[in-house]
Amino acid sequence: MKIHEFQGKEIFRKEGVTVLDGRVAKTPEEAAKAFDELGTSICVVKSQIHAGGRGKGTFQENPQQRGVQVCKSAEEAAKAAEAMLNNTLVTLQTGPIGKTVNQVYVEAGCDIKRELYLGIVLDRAEKKPVLMVSSEGGVEIEEVAAKTPEKIFKEHFDPAEGLHSFQVRKLCKLLGIEGKTVRSADKFMKTLCRVFSTYDCSMAEINPLVIAEDGSMIALDAKVSFDENALFRHPNVAQYRDLSEEEESEVKAAEAGLSYVKLDGEIGCLVNGAGLAMSTMDIIKLHGGEPANFLDVGGGANADQVTEAFRIILADANVKAVLVNIFGGIMRCTTIADALVTAYKNIGFNVPLIVRLEGTEVEEGKKILAESDVDIQTAENLTDAAKKVVASIA
Amino acid sequence: MSILVNKNTRVICQGITGSSGGFHSRNCLEYGTKIVGGVTPGKGGQTAEGVPVFDTCMEAVQQTGADATMIFVPPPFAADSILEAVDAGIKTICAITEGIPVMDMVPVYQRVMASDSVLIGPNCPGVITSDECKIGIMPGYIHKKGKVGVMSRSGTLTYEAVWQTTTAGLGQTTCVGLGGDPIVGSSFIDILQLFENDDETEAIIMIGEIGGTAEEEAAAFVKDNISKPVAAFIAGQTAPPGKRMGHAGAIISGGKGTAEEKVRALRDANIEVADSPATMGEAVLRAIANH
Repeated sequence: MKIHEFQGKEIFRKEGVTVLDGRVAKTPEEAAKAFDELGTSICVVKSQIHAGGRGKGTFQENPQQRGVQVCKSAEEAAKAAEAMLNNTLVTLQTGPIGKTVNQVYVEAGCDIKRELYLGIVLDRAEKKPVLMVSSEGGVEIEEVAAKTPEKIFKEHFDPAEGLHSFQVRKLCKLLGIEGKTVRSADKFMKTLCRVFSTYDCSMAEINPLVIAEDGSMIALDAKVSFDENALFRHPNVAQYRDLSEEEESEVKAAEAGLSYVKLDGEIGCLVNGAGLAMSTMDIIKLHGGEPANFLDVGGGANADQVTEAFRIILADANVKAVLVNIFGGIMRCTTIADALVTAYKNIGFNVPLIVRLEGTEVEEGKKILAESDVDIQTAENLTDAAKKVVASIA
Repeated sequence: MSILVNKNTRVICQGITGSSGGFHSRNCLEYGTKIVGGVTPGKGGQTAEGVPVFDTCMEAVQQTGADATMIFVPPPFAADSILEAVDAGIKTICAITEGIPVMDMVPVYQRVMASDSVLIGPNCPGVITSDECKIGIMPGYIHKKGKVGVMSRSGTLTYEAVWQTTTAGLGQTTCVGLGGDPIVGSSFIDILQLFENDDETEAIIMIGEIGGTAEEEAAAFVKDNISKPVAAFIAGQTAPPGKRMGHAGAIISGGKGTAEEKVRALRDANIEVADSPATMGEAVLRAIANH
């Protein structure tokens, strides 16, 4: 689960990771008030959306306006907020559709001596979290990783032990950090690693991480996401969820216990199991079609879930045909066949439906489909199914 | 022979009194698995699915001689259950539970590595040696005794591979579902080594998916250490790169984890890669023929 920058900074502030003072504003007036309250000579007005690249991002409604702007007066802050609020910010990470900015974060300015990059993520290969830093702060870090990987330094840590001081000293040496900033880095990095473990983060990224003129280390950005499976033990984090940032159809699917990702093609898919769902997309493409979605109904789907799945798939105006691919294991083919017939009748299909069943009680399942009065084409195997669904829209 | 489990394996089910634990214990018993007991804290002394229930793994092992377990305990408590099984000295631990917090698995993985236990999963369908012992949630009837070792990161796609090797007349020795979580107890490499050492296994198929570098590591291992024919399939070849979460994940894999990269690494190791999920059985036949 992703959260906003200002929410991440709330957590940082509470846990002792240094951040600057700031206020959330939902109107230009609130932004002006925030500027006055902060009492600094400059402030930064930052669009709050669940995507990175805001500084370089531009607004659809006003291509001159960037997603982040430095302001020197309350009037300027209000003007910047007005240009951002309720408009659509397009960044490298949002895709061309962009995201609507519903709130901005007005943050105090600071004197920056140096910009760094810091990120913490789980390293699957080592089975441990890893802290990564780079002297190339504020820029596209993927570019650094691709072109000059030697400029990224890594230290793994054990969640129970946390990061050790010697590891911080090592990283400081590699980054060329000296003097009292080493002490600041020690507290900053160790605290951040502790936050990562205790809050069950899946990612914590600070880009840029800055060293101020006074030598202290400050998180100028905060991009934090959390392990959904651990939200049960973090009710305070769970309430940060902002559903307006998520695809509506995906939220609906999640509520019904379905895993759904919207894509751009024309062939809707309903499959049991994530691997099989991905492979179904693969085989559609292999035979010249384009999948409209990824949809995993899970291992124990019932008639209600299948009906909801069809509703979600058919709500996508691009869908011209639907392919159902079920390998019954725990889920019996008879259950899915009954659910298909019921859902078909309840929803009223206006596109071709191709069904491939295999596994537990497959013959009985096929019989249910054959004897029903709904217009379903059955397929003998995966290839047959893919060919039939692609042909149906040709 | 076979790997990990066979007709003599004595299995307990942690979480046997829950609905999933009970249902699948019943199915495993019907398949012929020697389910000898179950564990649910607070329900010791009861009977479930015709076998005794114990409060702790320690008692279950002492009284039944169990050497394998399948875990259906709910996610918040599942990591603790794995540790309990390790502590009780159970050799083969299959964690079926889906949704265990990743951070819980970091210390569990370290504990398992320091022990003699083998952990399969979590978030996996389990392990089955055809016609001998089924531990997990896979449909038994698609499996047929034969010569292919199957290992996979996916659930239902594994059934697809098993079914194709069955209909191709090859059959399977053992099928291992490694699990789809970021941290799982056993990797392709661990299982490859077991299949290499197993006399009955004549060929191996691995089913991978995009993300991580497990397939690339397995490919390098096959090149140097595996003498048997190997086939593979990678799911998610057409999954779009969008919907990413910041940059940090992309850095740690060093730009690795795409399907193209994985397929290239596999082919480079002389592994027969199926282009389509419908031709996994054919890929195994080709791997055997070309070997």
